[in-house]
Amino acid sequence: MLSTSPLMALFKRDLLIAFRNRGELLNPLMFFLMVASLFPLAVTPDPKFLGLIAPGIIWVGALLATLLSLDLMFKSDYEDGSLEQIILQPQPTLLFVLVKTLLHWLMAGLPLTLMAPLLGVMLALPEGGYLPLVLSLLLGTPTLSLLGAIGAGLTVGLKKGGMLMPLLILPLYIPVLIFAASSVQAGIDGNAYTGHLAFLGAYLALMLVLAPVASSAALKISIAR
Amino acid sequence: MWSALKRLYHQLGSPKWFYEITTRWSPWFLWIGTALMLVGVVWGLAFAPADYLQGNSFRIIYIHVPAALLSQSAYIMMAVAGLVGLVWKMKMSFVVGKTIAPIGASLAVIALVTGAIWGKPTWGTWWVWDARLTSMLILLFLYMGVMAIYNAIESEEMANKAAAVLALVGSINIPIIKYSVEWWNTLHQPATITLTKKPTMAPEMFIPLVLTIIGFYCWFVVWVFARTRNEILWRERRTKWVKSLLSMGANR
Repeated sequence: MLSTSPLMALFKRDLLIAFRNRGELLNPLMFFLMVASLFPLAVTPDPKFLGLIAPGIIWVGALLATLLSLDLMFKSDYEDGSLEQIILQPQPTLLFVLVKTLLHWLMAGLPLTLMAPLLGVMLALPEGGYLPLVLSLLLGTPTLSLLGAIGAGLTVGLKKGGMLMPLLILPLYIPVLIFAASSVQAGIDGNAYTGHLAFLGAYLALMLVLAPVASSAALKISIAR
Repeated sequence: MWSALKRLYHQLGSPKWFYEITTRWSPWFLWIGTALMLVGVVWGLAFAPADYLQGNSFRIIYIHVPAALLSQSAYIMMAVAGLVGLVWKMKMSFVVGKTIAPIGASLAVIALVTGAIWGKPTWGTWWVWDARLTSMLILLFLYMGVMAIYNAIESEEMANKAAAVLALVGSINIPIIKYSVEWWNTLHQPATITLTKKPTMAPEMFIPLVLTIIGFYCWFVVWVFARTRNEILWRERRTKWVKSLLSMGANR
């Protein structure tokens, strides 16, 4: 039986680092807010029209904000060499990757979820959309983090990694986007949206099992470089 | 049978043997594929009856469907090649996977372009956000991602492994993406050919289509072989057998 204390230690250390650099925690949120406020400026401030496209704007904004923050997932650990030490631990790398993914979600996905209703108000999201919006973000953003960990693992240590990752990861985000946005739309139209949420949950469950395997393999490949 | 297959697998794992075996196989695939394509395309374009609804515009199907079909199976082949490379550390498998990526991407482009040309007279527009068009576009994006990895990572070995992981992740996600997109919007006609049901096409339209599909597969094999052989020659350029092969060619 291997001890789980290194996993806990990693979790605590990363949380501590995150709270020592609170500015960095705010960056994805600020980005999210700014992207959402660009649309009324670019399209129209008419609340009727904004209400129509609000689910899409909020979800695309959340997706892009997650994508931007992925770059930092393994970067500092790679640069100071602790990533190599983590991979050399007797505990399976995929558990460490899971911890890292959870941390990423706590720092990006969860705050985005909590902030989304505010953006809903700003974009005149109709009444019925709020609950499915929050629920779909709650179920969808962990999948974004899990899939994102694969991209982060593949591109860590690459000089040209910044532009590469969206290219690798965005196509994989499409199912989440489709089901999440349509659940919000169903909520607005007064239809049942639990089916869409069930799909998001199923995708999350599947990726919870498969994605850490791929991302730990990706990390090991990148480290050998 | 089994031992012969096993021997073939091991032989294909060696660049030299791969080169020699494909030297023998390539002409067969080339000529059979060319014959099938000639018969299929001439039959399809000149002799098959016009569609009662779409008129002559449907004839692009003889390029469109094989390209679309093949670009999807090429992705799976690439992922399988990557899996074989990762699991059994077979280097030739990585080489094949690497050569498939741009071929599959260009087939996806052919499918999209012919689809747009077909869409203009039948749907009245070049592009619609229909499920199949969209999932073909996403397939092209997935190919682009794999190709981008080869470009971004300098070390050949790492690039091969990273691309293999990405191709595998993509191949698991392809059905999910496909079905989610299908749920989202559908305008495209349902699949014309399925293996389980009788074709909904008239046989005189259907047989040339089968011929062009098989022809496309043969040409695809020739194309993969040719690119892989080039890659082998480049990688093994310092070995004796390549040097003697090239000097033989120069003397002839």
